[in-house]
Amino acid sequence: MSRDMSYDAVMSRKNEIMKKAIGIDYDVFETGGIGFDYERMMREAGYSLEEIQKIQSSTGVGNTPILELKNLTALARKLAPKGKGARIFIKDEATNPSGSFKARRASVSVYHAKKLGYKGVIAATSGNYGAAVASQAAMAGLKCIVVQECYDSKMVGQPEILEKQRACEAYGAEVVQLSVGPELFYSFLCLLEETGYFNASLYTPFGIAGVETLGYELIMQFREKLGRDPDKVVITHAGGGNVTGTARGIKKAGAEHTEIVGASVDLSGLHMASDRDFNRKSFTTGHTGFGIPFATWPDRADVPRNAARPLRYLDRYLTVKQGEVFYITEALSVLEGLERGPAGNTSLTAAFALAQEMDEDQIIVVQETEYTGAGKHPMPQISFAKQNGIEILFGDPDTEVPGQNIVFPDHPSKIKVRDFDLGKARMSYIKNAINNYGKKEISQYDFEFLVKDTNSDENFVRSVLSELDVKVL
Amino acid sequence: MDTIKKGDWVQIHKIVLKPEERASHLPEDTKKVPLEMWVKGFALSDGKIGEEIEIKTVTGRIVKGTAIKLNPRYIHDFGDYVPELAKIDMQLKEMLFGGDCDE
Ligand SMILES: Cc1ncc(COP(=O)(O)O)c(C=O)c1O
Repeated sequence: MSRDMSYDAVMSRKNEIMKKAIGIDYDVFETGGIGFDYERMMREAGYSLEEIQKIQSSTGVGNTPILELKNLTALARKLAPKGKGARIFIKDEATNPSGSFKARRASVSVYHAKKLGYKGVIAATSGNYGAAVASQAAMAGLKCIVVQECYDSKMVGQPEILEKQRACEAYGAEVVQLSVGPELFYSFLCLLEETGYFNASLYTPFGIAGVETLGYELIMQFREKLGRDPDKVVITHAGGGNVTGTARGIKKAGAEHTEIVGASVDLSGLHMASDRDFNRKSFTTGHTGFGIPFATWPDRADVPRNAARPLRYLDRYLTVKQGEVFYITEALSVLEGLERGPAGNTSLTAAFALAQEMDEDQIIVVQETEYTGAGKHPMPQISFAKQNGIEILFGDPDTEVPGQNIVFPDHPSKIKVRDFDLGKARMSYIKNAINNYGKKEISQYDFEFLVKDTNSDENFVRSVLSELDVKVL
Repeated sequence: MDTIKKGDWVQIHKIVLKPEERASHLPEDTKKVPLEMWVKGFALSDGKIGEEIEIKTVTGRIVKGTAIKLNPRYIHDFGDYVPELAKIDMQLKEMLFGGDCDE
């Protein structure tokens, strides 16, 4: 019997395929409406912190060093008002086996897949997560397929994604490359059905729990080194797992007063599903093209319920410009002697500006770095941008227009703190929830869920709902 | 060099969805082009670049498509030299360590 493999037929089998490929019955956490029992899902479908520490230490993941960036701090203090300029630290996640914090997520997914008896794992990702899953699968002796959106319709590949392909293949994985478009999900479902492999989604409870050790470790390291908790932790944000997992770990360590700050590269104006725009961006993750949609509607992910729910944890969300991140990447290299890849430098850029608003005795931490190399370095990215007709300028980064130019700050004082209004994000989350579920009235349970999922309060949710003409029963 | 021997490492290309089969609500430019796929594996027969061939991938999947490259090279690199970056480096060092770092 041959199955109908048309787009509509495969998409209509989505739930059935997913159930087999993840081994989680999400229905038990559902209540039939907008809300679901998030903490119960994290508890029952995930792993405890202790279990994860054990899994990760057996694969060489985690326990990454904390480094103080003394020269970058000194530069920030030169630009800051007298008495301002917090000490800047980074957690060197590039020292994980596959070169980024994504090894934490992958280690737990692959462990879980092996425990459940799957022969292989599949991940849909163009980023570091592919290399992380491939590396962990190699250690576990599982087969691995990585599905990536890589080329535009002229078969021109983003250099950073081409490097990810190479890394995945180096770890022994099969890489399936696709042109631009959201139907990657269709190809992904076809592969899950064909192989019966495990869906090593970025968004499962165990994947997110894998990042909790990062936040927990970080706090313990500061208590040991400096005898206190950091004031702010800055986290590069895209799909939301980095923010969610790190923040949960920080809270599990009992650091109630450490502020959680998200940061993304501003790519406003570029359409993520556009064949033309695809190669006009110089960052493939940690940007607003993922950061905002995932914050305002997490359940768009490749699992029924996303364990990454960043709005629950963000105290602030900052945006930075492409030109600023390249500038700070150079600074990290020539002032600190650390050559590190693009995504971690997004939060470093935000931290550099934010440190200047903080007192000298305060501490700000950038919670990750990632590996760098061919394709994922400022030089190939800027060359690629030039080939694509992007203008490279020096000036005020506020004049940068994504897809048209990259503006390097002509002076580091031009690197600024820009807050994305979280109130607006919370409002659009509530609108998305109401629209996606097509509700005119919601239960008290759903109401309370919306308060928690947006980390706001009853009055705020009530006012947004009344604007939408939605009643609470 | 466009002949392929059985067992050679080749990259194949295929169309997954024709423009008219693609999802609705795509941007106009994406709607006009097909969804394409590329994958690599060992040729299951002799063949030629530009012709249809079957491959076995490293996970053991059998996939059919047009052979486009034999032993495909990784083409990404460090790009052209970007003089703007050197300007940034010199500015940073000058600001922090003083004016004689370029001597
Ligand atoms: C190195 C690195 N940092 C940060 C991120 C963002 O993480 P998340 O997608 O969980 O928000 C990614 C992944 O996209 C990444 O690879």
